[in-house]
Amino acid sequence: MLRAAMVALALAATLPAHAQEAPPLPEGIQIGLSTDRVAITANFSGADLTIFGALENPDPLVSRQGRYDVIVVLEGPARPVVVRRKDRILGMWINTRSETFVNVPVSYSMATTRPPQDVTTPNSYKQLSLGIPNIYLEPEDKRDSPITIQEFTDALRERKEGLGLFSDNVGGVQFLSQNLFRATLRLAPNVPVGTHKARAFLFRNGQFIKETSTQLAIVKSGFEQTIYRFATDHGFGYGLFSIGLAMLTGWLGRIIFRKD
Amino acid sequence: MGVYLPIAEMSVNMFVLLAMGAAVGFLSGMFGVGGGFLITPLLIFYNIPPAIAVATGANQVIASSFSGALAHLKRGTLDFKLGTVLLIGGIAGSAVGAYIFALLRSIGQLDLFISLLYVVFLGTVGGLMLVESVNALRMTKGGVPPALKKSGQHNWIHRLPFKMRFRTSKLFVSVIPVLGIGAGIGLLSAIMGVGGGFIMVPALIYLLKVPTNVVVGTSLFQIVVVSAFTTLVHSSTNQTVDIVLALVLMVGGVAGAQYGAKAGQKLRGEQLRALLALLVLAVALRLGFDLFVKPQNLYSLTSLSGRTM
Repeated sequence: MLRAAMVALALAATLPAHAQEAPPLPEGIQIGLSTDRVAITANFSGADLTIFGALENPDPLVSRQGRYDVIVVLEGPARPVVVRRKDRILGMWINTRSETFVNVPVSYSMATTRPPQDVTTPNSYKQLSLGIPNIYLEPEDKRDSPITIQEFTDALRERKEGLGLFSDNVGGVQFLSQNLFRATLRLAPNVPVGTHKARAFLFRNGQFIKETSTQLAIVKSGFEQTIYRFATDHGFGYGLFSIGLAMLTGWLGRIIFRKD
Repeated sequence: MGVYLPIAEMSVNMFVLLAMGAAVGFLSGMFGVGGGFLITPLLIFYNIPPAIAVATGANQVIASSFSGALAHLKRGTLDFKLGTVLLIGGIAGSAVGAYIFALLRSIGQLDLFISLLYVVFLGTVGGLMLVESVNALRMTKGGVPPALKKSGQHNWIHRLPFKMRFRTSKLFVSVIPVLGIGAGIGLLSAIMGVGGGFIMVPALIYLLKVPTNVVVGTSLFQIVVVSAFTTLVHSSTNQTVDIVLALVLMVGGVAGAQYGAKAGQKLRGEQLRALLALLVLAVALRLGFDLFVKPQNLYSLTSLSGRTM
């Protein structure tokens, strides 16, 4: 479950801008989180994370025509990943080739106002390295043949999407008024803990205008997390504790069901 | 009821795990085996990552073996000296095994290796037991009393140097095979998550000619300590021991073992062995079968140390 609800912060600041006729101020975008920390408990089965945001100084005409587009991305921390391929050897399916990628975002969740191809051009996506096909996946060994690298890069994206870690939500950003919008991002059940970066991109008539970002820490909470931390930080003590528990269970079992 | 496994990082049904633990406990009580060789494959069938299944299996083995070892200690059917020599070998074997385990995991071959080892060992042990017990069943049906293997006969093992006297076992034997058996079991314990009783007991009886009444207690003693060592090594180097998973399995196992022991007294020895052999063969076949089935995803993602994602 999401313990914390996300609430807009930037709403109030944007309202008085159009009171007097002045030279048009540059448009901007703001997003706000009510908390910089989301705690998920052990039985977390995925959730929608809502981020509110606002446009600064929007042109009312463009706004009325619905020509503003917003893309919000929640990107997880980057970690190295090994992609392995199974091949048939002597009839058995065995891991054979592998490719290591150095900086792979653990998760990547994107929400858009409209289908991505309607927002802006593929070139512009590439320049912003925005969208699942444009996440830069850097192979550790760049001397491998481009075909191999391409094959494993595609497999990595496809597996990440299959695991629900890379996802996009078309229509996930909705304008609530001229200025205010709400973005709904999917958090997979296996969402990784760590510092996630929320970024929002503003487009007008397919032109990229501005980007803003904020950070969000996703932490696991509760009893299970305490165990996990104990096991990773103090492996030896954890091992001793496990042994003690096992012996205690065995001994108790003998006392409860004593036969001799 | 769902329970979250903090190390495996997945939610599982607690009743399935309890039932699994109870079923294996029942069998281990019935046949007098530790049950690690059944728990680990069952966990793998239940989609627990093999690395975690193995390390947790080793942890779970401690509970059932400790309980049994206490009983033998009380009856005086435990040869501490023999057990200690076995242990020295066992701990060395386990340390090497854990190193191999981490190495295989980092090159992505651990799952394959675990399955292959299980198929080979369970297939061999199950096959031999089945043949032996079916023969015994046939003989008793024909009215011929089953011929017992004569112990006390000397073989090449008894000509090795560095002899040592083990009073409780009434044995005067070289320490080389004792250390060797211990090391082999330790290696298997670390890589397969088994106590190794199903190999240790026949090895002590047939190779070293240890009297049958001391074999089980001594083997249990060595299993407790080696499994404890294995748990410690895995938890500090690979962080793959899931204590929640182990605890649920242990609780089920301890309860199941009591009923299994009672059921075991009603069945005849040969029938018991034939049943266990069939069970062992079934697990081996299933694990072997999975190796040949085309996996759903040909590509898999892991971290650098081999942790599945």
